[in-house]
Amino acid sequence: MTEFFQHAVNGLSVGTIYALIALGYTMVYGVLKLINFAHGDVYMVGAFSGFYLADLIGVRSPYDANPPGGLEVFLKASFVTLASMIICSILGFAIERFAYRPLRTRARLNSLITAIGVSFLLEYGFQLKPLIHSPIEFPPGPSPRFFPTLLERVPMDILGVSTSNYDIIGFTVAFLLMVGLQFIVYRTRFGTAMRAVSFDPQVAGLMGIPVNRIISGTFVLGSALAAAAGILNAAARPKIDPLFGLIPGLKAFVAAVLGGIGSVPGAMVGGLVLGTAEEFVAGYTDSSYRDAIAFTVLIIVLLVRPTGIFGRVTAEKV
Amino acid sequence: MGRLLSLFRTFLPFLVGLVVLAGLQAVMPPVFAVILLYMGVNVVLAVSLNVVNGFTGQFSLGHAGFMAVGAYTAAKITLGLSGFQFPVLGYAVSQQLVFAIALGAAMAMAAVAGFLVGMPSLRLRGDYLAIVTLGFGEIIRSIIENMKFLGQATGLSGLPQRSNLIWVGMSVIATVVMAQRLASSTQGRALFAIREDEVAAEAMGVDTTGYKVRAFVISAAYAGLAGALIAHAIQLSTPRMFTFIRSIEVVVMVVLGGLGSISGSIVAACTLTVALEALREFQAYRMVAYALLLILLMLTRPQGLFGTREIWDLPFFRRLLRRPALASDGGSAGARPDSNSAGGTR
Repeated sequence: MTEFFQHAVNGLSVGTIYALIALGYTMVYGVLKLINFAHGDVYMVGAFSGFYLADLIGVRSPYDANPPGGLEVFLKASFVTLASMIICSILGFAIERFAYRPLRTRARLNSLITAIGVSFLLEYGFQLKPLIHSPIEFPPGPSPRFFPTLLERVPMDILGVSTSNYDIIGFTVAFLLMVGLQFIVYRTRFGTAMRAVSFDPQVAGLMGIPVNRIISGTFVLGSALAAAAGILNAAARPKIDPLFGLIPGLKAFVAAVLGGIGSVPGAMVGGLVLGTAEEFVAGYTDSSYRDAIAFTVLIIVLLVRPTGIFGRVTAEKV
Repeated sequence: MGRLLSLFRTFLPFLVGLVVLAGLQAVMPPVFAVILLYMGVNVVLAVSLNVVNGFTGQFSLGHAGFMAVGAYTAAKITLGLSGFQFPVLGYAVSQQLVFAIALGAAMAMAAVAGFLVGMPSLRLRGDYLAIVTLGFGEIIRSIIENMKFLGQATGLSGLPQRSNLIWVGMSVIATVVMAQRLASSTQGRALFAIREDEVAAEAMGVDTTGYKVRAFVISAAYAGLAGALIAHAIQLSTPRMFTFIRSIEVVVMVVLGGLGSISGSIVAACTLTVALEALREFQAYRMVAYALLLILLMLTRPQGLFGTREIWDLPFFRRLLRRPALASDGGSAGARPDSNSAGGTR
């Protein structure tokens, strides 16, 4: 039974990351009907900006001989997280502005191919040899880097299940971000405009909604969430490399489909369900099948209930 | 007599090709032969992917998975029958026959895999289909990596070196003839209709799912052929050869050449293969260049180099290959009888 709960906790820990990335997918898909393939790579860029920022402001490890005080740790960790979220927002804005917007009127396939192109550009661009060396080595190159320790890891033991403050912080932050997002989408003017654009961009434009600005805003929000996910994941599992966004990105898409694409709570639930499902199957059978599980889930969902758990059935109009 | 003639016309490209390829095989220095092999395999891949992505307008990202199925099937057969000799025939001939059987089996297995993947996923459209095919490609690879008798992550090595210019060249001809004939058949018209407007095609009575699955199966079979060829060219078959990145490479070729253009795919596959060989020392920049190429192409010329047209439909080649019949239609034939005969020999 302890093993069961242990797998559940591990699954929730991974699932939180999927959920945060999935939120970005679901919003962009909801508004543009485009799978933003590059979203997983924005998550990777988020982790790397955190890595560089921590380097720049000189984060001291809590395991140093001279450990930083609690306030300093809190301020620096918040700064790193918020600043990476801002960097990724700018990146998301730029991707939308220069790669997707010119193609918006063309066939959807073109946007999809461009999205794959942007994704590969980020993945392989980051794998090039460093071109600039000061103040930071950029691009980072293909070898993995280790994310600095922002907080002290406090292992916890609840009824025999081992976890740490990282999991709890990760879950709390993700939950707060989701509540915030839900508030933005359903309680603000921006969110109302976003839902209107998602419903019908043309008519929304005729009603005086600045469609371009809303779409940019959606990308900014989604990318900021991806950056937060990147930091949370890198803090818990510190090995980062330019390709590490690829698989979580794809799995987060599966999570978004599972929860019902376009639905904010759906993305959250989908991420958590996918994370736990993966952890249970990998834990009780063979862990080498881990990556195949997500795709199997995707195929089953699309066959059985293509709208996902929270999705609404929409009739196709001709 | 007429039937005999049409049969002859069917096999004409193969007969001519066989002679030319045998000549090439004899005189080609090994360095160039290797590049030509890669080129041929890429042409098979690109043209076969074009059947799904170009003709039918469905976006598949799982081509490498079918390559893997073909490569492993053929590798198992050639390894299993490595000492086999047919009665009467000599050892060398037997081994070539075994390779032919292996190629056939590779196509068949890949086609079966294509059917199994296509049946559930082709009900989906656009982006969903792309992700699902990508997922299936990864699942195939994941299964291979977990199979003991397929060598897991290390794969199968020590395959006989069987792929030569003749085998690869004949496969290229077979693929191109298939695509060309498909494009001008009833099947092909149905596929084009699906590409242009799926709902309208369905309303016109086209069995859209059926035709999509058929296109997918054909495409998968030829991907399996390409996988078998490449495995027997480098004498190795590992799961790492068939990752998602390989699928993307093929997609780049098809998109660059123009979705739906057979000659476009051929030109793009050849150009990219040669470019990659020439730029071998800039290996690190290869994928970045691919990515930039994809983005710029989509922004500036989303229909690819040739669009859905073939190379001989372009105005430049039209002028070059002007048909004599067209010249006489203009009324100049009567005035200048010599122009007609000159056009005929051109």
